[in-house]
Amino acid sequence: MPEQVPLVDYLMLGEEPHLVANECAGCGARYFDRRNACAACFGTEFRKAAVATAGEVRAFTIVAVAAPGVPVPFVAATVDCAGTSVKANLVNVTPDPEHVRLGMKVRLTTYLVGTDSAGTEAIGFGFEPLETTIDGQ
Amino acid sequence: MASDDIWILGIHMTKFGKHKDKDTVDLAAEAAMGALADSGVTMKQMGVLAAGNLMAANAGIGQQLQKQIGQTGIPVYNVANACATGATALRTAIMAVKAGEADYGLAVGVEKLSGAGLLGQQAARPADDTWTPRGRQGAVAGLEGHVGTGTMPGVFAQIGQEYGHKYGGTSFELFARISEKNHAHSTLNPLAAYQKRFTLEEIMNDIMISYPNTRPMCSANCDGAAAAVVTSGSVLKTLPKEQQRRAVKVSASVLTSDPWQEACQVLPDVNTLTRNAAKQAYEQAGVSPSDLDLVELHDCFATAELVHYDNLMLCEEGGAVDFFESGAPWRDGSTPVNVSGGLQSKGHPVAATGIANIWEVCQHLRGEGRDRQIEGAKVGLAHVIGLGSACGVHILERAAA
Repeated sequence: MPEQVPLVDYLMLGEEPHLVANECAGCGARYFDRRNACAACFGTEFRKAAVATAGEVRAFTIVAVAAPGVPVPFVAATVDCAGTSVKANLVNVTPDPEHVRLGMKVRLTTYLVGTDSAGTEAIGFGFEPLETTIDGQ
Repeated sequence: MASDDIWILGIHMTKFGKHKDKDTVDLAAEAAMGALADSGVTMKQMGVLAAGNLMAANAGIGQQLQKQIGQTGIPVYNVANACATGATALRTAIMAVKAGEADYGLAVGVEKLSGAGLLGQQAARPADDTWTPRGRQGAVAGLEGHVGTGTMPGVFAQIGQEYGHKYGGTSFELFARISEKNHAHSTLNPLAAYQKRFTLEEIMNDIMISYPNTRPMCSANCDGAAAAVVTSGSVLKTLPKEQQRRAVKVSASVLTSDPWQEACQVLPDVNTLTRNAAKQAYEQAGVSPSDLDLVELHDCFATAELVHYDNLMLCEEGGAVDFFESGAPWRDGSTPVNVSGGLQSKGHPVAATGIANIWEVCQHLRGEGRDRQIEGAKVGLAHVIGLGSACGVHILERAAA
């Protein structure tokens, strides 16, 4: 199996892929990027916190026009994962308003982004519908 | 009038659209000289200049402008605050006058944006030879299209959808009907970049940019400038009656940034800072939303206009859809919103927008709105929001005399 790296450092690969936030030790605010101090309470101590892999779509858009080199259409969404908001694409779903719905239950999944010259694979994440019926709804 | 009140003495907006033969400084000069002429004063009296131009924010537009309209040695503040840049320039001039450091202040916002295309996307970075984590998220490749979207139409689409998820009642058609209203309003505004009325069907069947925003539901990139001269009540008292009669009172001038909210690192929260600014503005002005005769709000996308009905408290919390369905925001409704045509048809030359919306309100308060005059308008509100985020809210009142 080729070596793998995550697309972003807050994606943990392995048997059960999941996201890990930087959680403020003072107030519990969560961040996916590196922070100098907490934007909510100004505390400077952070700990790692695993984010739930199941969630609900709170907002989405189907992007039809994007920068050159970005394949369209794709579904961009804000997913509520047990109280932690996550920005992600919705994947394994037909990108049209008949198949993507507000409030839809989804779960985290991973996919291959690409392979570099050393043969290392970059792995990204997205959310897919929790349950699919025959017509994909 | 109270001595420490702030007044707009004169204001000017250029035609919005394509200005192939004018550069950024030409447009700024046209707006600034127009505002001075409208005020009946000259550069010699200005004690402070605040100027904004976002696309060349490091170029010192204020000093460039002075070279063309008058170098008097006064302090210049070049400001940049995303789409709230114009409002920030105005507020800077107001603060200088309010602080007693200047009798008169000039604020200018200008942008050349025709043909700029899609704003706000991070162009996908070509994959390196080998994956190397970069930046605060340790990303090994460009994230646009892999981890959601940063395009403006996509971000604001989600902001509208989020409102729909929270309160219900939204649909592609509802958002398109908001756009239908603004394009209909634009037919009465000769300074608008586009004055074409669209049918609902035309709007919905146009090119989809980012569902549910089609092309006519997005703000139009264009060129334009706007400028205003502000002064204090104590100075205004010394001026001729005609200048006093046409002066417009700035009853509230508020600028806010986005306070921390759980989801704000993921989807910008344009709601809390707008609501905070509106609350402060109503309190400063001593007016309530029901007193407003017209509102110019930041409809950068049709999906954005809906949430700002609620954020500006033009309706009950959660009641934006009902507010729109009631016909209230049409020009013959109870709270006309964007009678200028809004950013979707008037156009959105970014740094000019936060003064141009105030120009629009002033036209009505002065009874100079011509074909689109809102009869008897006494109080109006102008709102802008720049992602990042910054929100400007100004409440304006007609002179008592």
